[in-house]
Amino acid sequence: MTSQPDQPLYAARTPIFPRRVNGFFRRFKWWIMAVTLGIYYLTPWLRWDRGASLPDQAVLIDLANRRFYFLWIEIWPHEFYFVAGLLIMAGLGLFLFTSALGRVWCGYTCPQTVWTDLFLLVERWIEGDRNARLRLHKANWSLHKWRLRVTKWIVWLLIAVATGGAWVFYFTDAPTLLRDLFTLDANPAAYITIAILTATTFIFGGFLREQVCIYMCPWPRIQAAMMDPDTITVAYRDWRGEPRGKGNVKNRKAAEAERAAIEAQAAGAGAAFYPGTPYPGQKTPPAPPLDLATSDEKGDCIDCMACVNVCPMGIDIRNGQQMECITCALCIDACDDVMARIGKPRGLIDYLALSDEADERSGAAPKPLWRHVMRPRTILYTAMWLLVGVGLLYALFIRSEIELTVSPVRNPTFVVLSDGDVRNIYDVRLRNKSGDDKVFQMNLSSEEILRISLEGQDTLNVTVPADTTVLQRVYVTARAGDTAATGDTTDLRLWVEDLSAQVRASKATTFNGRDAQ
Amino acid sequence: MTKRKTDEVTGVETTGHNWDGIEELNNPLPRWWLWTLYLTIIWAIGYTIAYPAWPMISGATKGVLGWSTRANVAAEIAAHEGSNAALVAQLVSADMPTLPQDPDLNRYAIARGGAVFRSNCSQCHGSGAAGAKGYPNLLDDDWLWGGDIAQIMYTVRHGIRNTIDADALYSAMPAFGDILEPAEIDAVVEHVVSLSNPEFDAALAEAGAVVFADNCSVCHGEAALGDRTMGAPNLADAIWLYGGDRETLRYTVEFSRFGVMPPWGPRLKEADIRAVSAYVHSLGGGE
Repeated sequence: MTSQPDQPLYAARTPIFPRRVNGFFRRFKWWIMAVTLGIYYLTPWLRWDRGASLPDQAVLIDLANRRFYFLWIEIWPHEFYFVAGLLIMAGLGLFLFTSALGRVWCGYTCPQTVWTDLFLLVERWIEGDRNARLRLHKANWSLHKWRLRVTKWIVWLLIAVATGGAWVFYFTDAPTLLRDLFTLDANPAAYITIAILTATTFIFGGFLREQVCIYMCPWPRIQAAMMDPDTITVAYRDWRGEPRGKGNVKNRKAAEAERAAIEAQAAGAGAAFYPGTPYPGQKTPPAPPLDLATSDEKGDCIDCMACVNVCPMGIDIRNGQQMECITCALCIDACDDVMARIGKPRGLIDYLALSDEADERSGAAPKPLWRHVMRPRTILYTAMWLLVGVGLLYALFIRSEIELTVSPVRNPTFVVLSDGDVRNIYDVRLRNKSGDDKVFQMNLSSEEILRISLEGQDTLNVTVPADTTVLQRVYVTARAGDTAATGDTTDLRLWVEDLSAQVRASKATTFNGRDAQ
Repeated sequence: MTKRKTDEVTGVETTGHNWDGIEELNNPLPRWWLWTLYLTIIWAIGYTIAYPAWPMISGATKGVLGWSTRANVAAEIAAHEGSNAALVAQLVSADMPTLPQDPDLNRYAIARGGAVFRSNCSQCHGSGAAGAKGYPNLLDDDWLWGGDIAQIMYTVRHGIRNTIDADALYSAMPAFGDILEPAEIDAVVEHVVSLSNPEFDAALAEAGAVVFADNCSVCHGEAALGDRTMGAPNLADAIWLYGGDRETLRYTVEFSRFGVMPPWGPRLKEADIRAVSAYVHSLGGGE
């Protein structure tokens, strides 16, 4: 019944050989790469003096001792909500940037993009630019090809090892670990982690590349839900470029004259936002016949394929928005370069909002950038982001050096003593977050008459060593016949005071009398 | 014959699945994905050879690595004991009354003792050590045989009124139902009630005081404050092992009580006996 051939079930990856490109966005991306890789590789080596009993690594995730150190901040496991809050902020920030500026995360800062970019740099440095690499790809496996390939793989592998190696330094003292790694004294977990991350970096950056974004990463598929026509994203001005054709190159003089006229007109209108705004008044004719003699009717796109050749994802941006596009903006640089050569204004491929298409087609000035960015959605994301951020900062600054948590022992709910007194037991955890041993004095306040005493202590003082939590069993007793002993429940507050620093902390809890169920 | 449909925009065949007008394109899978699938299959085969996997008529294949959860648990316990060997040695030779002066060892003993208590003692004394009728509450300040650490250790080691350990703590209250007249029992019960309860029949209690002096004071003491050397409870305090109401007291006087605790010396390690004693001592009543 069908004349169609069967679909192939599996498709081999089509190799991509992105061409070198220069331009504003390429330079910007080099900077971002330097900064992000610099942060990743150097952070574990920053030192921070916290005193003798605490580690001096500025950023340290100490899993063995369950502490997270970030500069002057020390997070204990019970404060993990700070990490959760930061993750929520990261998520909201991603939503904000995606709805305002499209997939800038993918294009500039995603580790997959950054390391692939670095691996491509190495590849270009060893094997040459696009054409040389294409030739090498098709060439037989000669000694020359082996030499280039093996050199490239070795450099990739070194980068991959350094990547996996840097990761483990975040989890223990970096200089010690580096020495132990070389003397083979390090924990097997360190070697295994480095091996796994080396393998993933080598394979993802060297071979899988865009396949990671297209097939493995869920984010490209989610992001479409956060973008709308006002989102600034990388797009092709087809109303300016079409109909495309090799014959669109005018002679330089005519082109420059035309450009000057346009710029004069644009200056008069005064509202052109994009440096390379479309031709005022130009309309896309419905597919006119290609006629070199009437080149005015053709678009600016000369179909030179520069945008396709530089694309690390191997797509044609002129086909419109695509899931594969990570908006790395290299096609913008490539096209701007060509436009400059043929004497046309830049921005045939550009960051633009798709909602401006109608305005640009009719020759009107597009909306200014801030009106695209300032939308209820982006304002809402910013507000939520700030809310979480301010909340975390507030929580950070009200943190006390001493803390207590109170777990009332409810098995049994109360104990009757031989003289008829009623006793409640509380497991109190006293936390000393400072670097010095402290003596904490316990106390209680209540509207009823209650006595406090501590298991194993003659006084109400508890010594809590530096940077530790001590579990202290606390007894609260009501005299037989008192309201607290015979009644239901009584509210009370347990206090802890650091006598040396005049710092107090307290927790409210309840006392069960004989009537409590 | 299936009807093939092609998406107009992309020219790709669709699977025919349709959700709210959106059709699923039937694009080919990437080939590396297929390789990954084969790799997982190879991995799975290797895994079933290396680890216990294939069900047989009885049991399953053992796997060439000899891996088993039981062996792992045994190894983990051994490793744990090994890492605590120094603390255990200290605990076994420690002077128990001064144990709290060594905070690290004390913390270890109490933590270990809590585990021992929960698996060996909680069946009778309750997981919170609050006891039950006939099983003493270990949280309060009342002790039948004594609440200092040495006495607790002795009680744990030898038990009470058992026939296994010759050194077990022993005493037996006579069943006074055969000795006293019912009226005398009523009187002595009223006397015992009067010691801790303000509501009592004064005339009856006075008669009971005579009966008490003649029959009970030998063990419980003239003031009924008990005697720890023979495990005789204090009858003047607010704590009752079986109950302090008249009916229960009458039953106790008439038929007596005979609470038994097994000796834990033969069942627990020395370190465990010391640890669980330290734990019980730390619950609130330790003397």
